[in-house]
Amino acid sequence: MKNILLIVILNIFLINKSFALIEIDITRGNLDPLPIAVSPLHVDVKSENYEEIKIKELGEDISKIIEDNFKATGLFNPLKKEAFVQKPDIAHLKPRFEDWRLIKAQALVTGKLLITEGKLKVEFRLWDLAAAKEMTALAFTTTPSNWRRVAHIISDKIYERLTGEEGYFDTRIIYVAESGPKEQRVKKLAIMDQDGFNTKYLTLGNELVLTPRFNPTNQMVTYMSYFRNMPRVYLLDIETGTQEVVGNFPGMTFAPRFSPDGKKIVMSFAKDGNSDIYTMDLDSRVVERITNHSSIDTSPSFSPDGKFIAFNSDRSGLQQIYVMRSDGSGVKRITFGDGIYGTPVWSPRGDLIAFTKMRRGRFYIGVMRTDGAGERLLTENYYQEAPSWSPNGRVLVFYRETKSGSKGEGFTAKLWSIDITGYNERRLKTETDASDPSWSSLLSK
Amino acid sequence: MMFNKNLKNILLVVFATLILSACSTAKKSGNVDGDVYTGKETVEYLASGVPDRVFFATNKSSLTTAARETLRKQASYLRKNKNLNVTIEGHADERGTREYNLALGERRANAARDYLMTYGISGNRIAVISYGKEKPVNPAGTPLAWSQNRRSVTVKVN
Repeated sequence: MKNILLIVILNIFLINKSFALIEIDITRGNLDPLPIAVSPLHVDVKSENYEEIKIKELGEDISKIIEDNFKATGLFNPLKKEAFVQKPDIAHLKPRFEDWRLIKAQALVTGKLLITEGKLKVEFRLWDLAAAKEMTALAFTTTPSNWRRVAHIISDKIYERLTGEEGYFDTRIIYVAESGPKEQRVKKLAIMDQDGFNTKYLTLGNELVLTPRFNPTNQMVTYMSYFRNMPRVYLLDIETGTQEVVGNFPGMTFAPRFSPDGKKIVMSFAKDGNSDIYTMDLDSRVVERITNHSSIDTSPSFSPDGKFIAFNSDRSGLQQIYVMRSDGSGVKRITFGDGIYGTPVWSPRGDLIAFTKMRRGRFYIGVMRTDGAGERLLTENYYQEAPSWSPNGRVLVFYRETKSGSKGEGFTAKLWSIDITGYNERRLKTETDASDPSWSSLLSK
Repeated sequence: MMFNKNLKNILLVVFATLILSACSTAKKSGNVDGDVYTGKETVEYLASGVPDRVFFATNKSSLTTAARETLRKQASYLRKNKNLNVTIEGHADERGTREYNLALGERRANAARDYLMTYGISGNRIAVISYGKEKPVNPAGTPLAWSQNRRSVTVKVN
């Protein structure tokens, strides 16, 4: 998948990087989003038609995806196209900076595309309007059916150039698609692009499936399934569709996640009323017991360096979050606040742990440092849980259940995202009700 | 003075009526003792006179007096029907995280299984499965519904 895209770097003015006039402070949230103009990409007249692609609209369509991505960050304010004064092809060649400054744009994206001999060629440029110079330019060649990904990759490159952080647009989210009444919920594994497009269903809904999680290094997924009424952890290769049960445990296995190198799965194994944490090496199939305690130990999550595991346990009475070395030694409780804590998930940057907190009948998604200090609650609701990190550690996706009445009517489950600043809470578009989201790493790096 | 005494009596009567009516509505919507469900109307029957489910307090898997009574009935039924095997399904309410609730359901189902075994039922005859919060009997968002959903259910498998 990664090799499909041939990325040709036209020119990058590395020197500009340190002196760039445009800077976005992403630690502050969306107080002052950067006005940016995304010109429609110019479609070369020599372009050929390609199945299921309206070539004339492709330039507009790609710029729309870029705009939507930027809008969703809360950091950018894409300007309305009616105000644009320059034609896409001329702007791409050499923008009249003063014209764009007039509509209060600070950055401008231009581009052109061509489909020829079954290949889509796209080129874009990012312009700093105040400094009146080009900041970044890239060209891609790919199969035309990849056009949405091209828009996401362009979005990532611009985001990176303007914020100094890796983007998260060329990514997918795997989740559980839900339908039917709460007592007889039908659940299927589903995967979609992070902007809600290209939804595919990976299971038929014949058996209950829960908690899919991406491998941080490739397109494998681990999840829990009640196939043949045996609740077990499974491994799924999204590219080939092959599925296999993980390990040979004489009881329920659940709460799986990959190690950061993707070589191990850490999970809970429940037997005789006790749940402990185990790992299994996917190559050697060697199983290791990590915790050995009569309490419920579950929801394990590796630190990105692989040295530690965060988990929740009710060994103190009610559920709290603990951190231990990945061999199970040095167990340390890190939450002592007022409430019950669960689902710790280590940030890909390693500096924060996201969690679910329950207090006085309300549910919170929050973040804290890995020693439990500096707790910040980002969002409160009737029921929400299971945060998953964007690959750059800036955004959390989670799910929220709501009811419109006390008898359970109007029950819905939806995916939401929120920045770790606590700003920019948004509902993600899904075809059906949805839960248990897991964010992939960048598809192309 | 006289008037005051009368007023007091009237107030007492009013209070008493209020308390009584509160009791009767609680009964109608099903009993909850502490936060353990004690109503009968959601209890289906494994056999005549043998309820199939027991109820638990929030985050707990300990068996109440009523739960033990139900399980003793199940044990005596299973002793009489020596070829019958069962699965105990463990469930949790929706007020907890999904993964913790899977573990909690397993712990509840095993509490019921262990009790049956102390009454001489072989562990080979009792399978256990946890559904966590995935299969509520009552989808409502009320303490009553949650108490009905915190349960183990003994189901015949043959």
